Amino acid sequence: MESEGEAAAGASRMPGAGEGGKTSLLPAFVERFLLQMGRFVHMLGRLFAWTPRPPYDWRELLRQMVKVGVSSTPVVLLTALFTGMVLALQTFTVLKRFAAESYVGTLVALSMVRELSPVLTSLIVAGRAGSAMGAELGTMRVTEQIDALEVMATDPIHYLVVPRVWAAVLTMPLLVVMADGVGIAGGYFVSVVLMGANPVSYLNTSFQYTNLNDLLSGLIKAAVFGLLLATIGCQQGFYTTGGAEGVGRSTTAAVVLASIAILAADFFLTKLLF
Amino acid sequence: MDAPTPGPVPGPAERPAHAAPGPPDRRGPAATPESGKPRIQLRGLVKSFGSKRVLDGLDLEVEEGESMVIIGASGTGKSVTLKHIIGLLKPDAGSVVVDGVAIEQLDDRAITEFRRRFGMAFQEGALFDSMNVFDNVAFPLRRLSRKSPREIRQRVDECLAMVRLDGLGARDISELSGGMRRRVGFARAIAHEPEILLFDEPTTGLDPVTAALIGEVIRDIGERLERTMVTITHDMHVAFRVAHRIAMLDHGKIIAEAPPEGFRQLSDARVQQFIHGEAEGPLTDQPAGGGAGSGEAGGFGRRPSANR
Repeated sequence: MESEGEAAAGASRMPGAGEGGKTSLLPAFVERFLLQMGRFVHMLGRLFAWTPRPPYDWRELLRQMVKVGVSSTPVVLLTALFTGMVLALQTFTVLKRFAAESYVGTLVALSMVRELSPVLTSLIVAGRAGSAMGAELGTMRVTEQIDALEVMATDPIHYLVVPRVWAAVLTMPLLVVMADGVGIAGGYFVSVVLMGANPVSYLNTSFQYTNLNDLLSGLIKAAVFGLLLATIGCQQGFYTTGGAEGVGRSTTAAVVLASIAILAADFFLTKLLF
Repeated sequence: MDAPTPGPVPGPAERPAHAAPGPPDRRGPAATPESGKPRIQLRGLVKSFGSKRVLDGLDLEVEEGESMVIIGASGTGKSVTLKHIIGLLKPDAGSVVVDGVAIEQLDDRAITEFRRRFGMAFQEGALFDSMNVFDNVAFPLRRLSRKSPREIRQRVDECLAMVRLDGLGARDISELSGGMRRRVGFARAIAHEPEILLFDEPTTGLDPVTAALIGEVIRDIGERLERTMVTITHDMHVAFRVAHRIAMLDHGKIIAEAPPEGFRQLSDARVQQFIHGEAEGPLTDQPAGGGAGSGEAGGFGRRPSANR
């Protein structure tokens, strides 16, 4: 059986680990925040350092893209559909008071493309794929599979983290494009079929005020959110300690921290891009 | 990390008990190595995790072609010692010298290259559960060699045969028993023909018959490949079966070392208590926190209240 000291050994190579004997002047939550930030930056640095180095595992990248993309597609599309429908329903009744219901299409399209599709899709993918990354790498850590990789002269960041993160970065914009289309279609259905709006007018206003920059900014957001959610998911799994309970903690933390990071990054990206 | 705290210089009473090399164990490998050249040298290793000192000035040498077995109770620092040898851990003080290279001084890239000469079998196998048996064993060959797919298949088959798992390449890891997982781990460890083999607690949690089989497999590997091997275990049957030399670890230090026959005859009461698996004796009389400094290595030590 693994002893206490031996269990600690697995964590001792991690930044910030194995310093239990020191007393800190900082409050515990500040120390935890700094530790998480330090690990995130450390992992991001190693990710970029390892990305250009061969061997390039294209098959693993494709496999991870399928895992991130295909597994999340149904729930992403359903969410986008209902979001577009609710948005149309809410705005139609309000804008009708000002006889401005012809702008419902514009509002739905711009909201979906610039904001709602990237954010909601990222939150869903963080819940599905980000948590799965945390659980998978966490299990690999506590069962010594990550140590085994290192022993076989294979850097675990190169082998495990690089394909997962780039798979998320590449897949997120594709998911967001689909979510944009489905969200706008949902809005069209509610406005035209249920509320009786003019279909030609609706489509015209949908695309008249929505330009390529709006679409691109949404896709840039999606890629950045993909980078965040996958890096945080992998980071939480990679630094797991404490057996099955630790894997559970890492999985939860992967979702919570990625969601916060996505919402915070959304503010700064919106400020930067518009 | 805590600041390195060198351990105290052992007094005469703390020095490891030694025995003159005797004849090899009847059930052990047929011949002891002849080179006498040190392959692995652990010099005054100190390692703490927080306030807990796991290694406390550990000294040990393993010679070329030798099968060294390190025994000791859970928590005495056996796995930590093994992880230092392969550079998964860096010591707070002291040095790990392999083939004349102090590996704690290597950077990450150099140590990754250096590890190619090692093969390590982990306690529970540490097999990749997303792959089947074949892909697990082929993993180091695909990553570390330039063999063609045909050569890889051939080598994997050889390795599986050596651990007596012929024809099981297509099995999923989830379909394997504990003993089979260990043997797949052995096959993976030897696949790329490393110069040094490390076995981490190869029989923990196995029934006596399976444990005996694992011991046989390790002995076979040692005899056929003639590699330098370090095995850590608390299973005395395995220790006597595979060792050219046995070292006993307690409270972060080597307290005794000798060839198997000589080891049985050591008069050190701690060694005799461990060999015979007795509950009462000097190992269990030591307080858990006793020894040099606070937060000592683990071991059998009872809690102070238990000694009252």
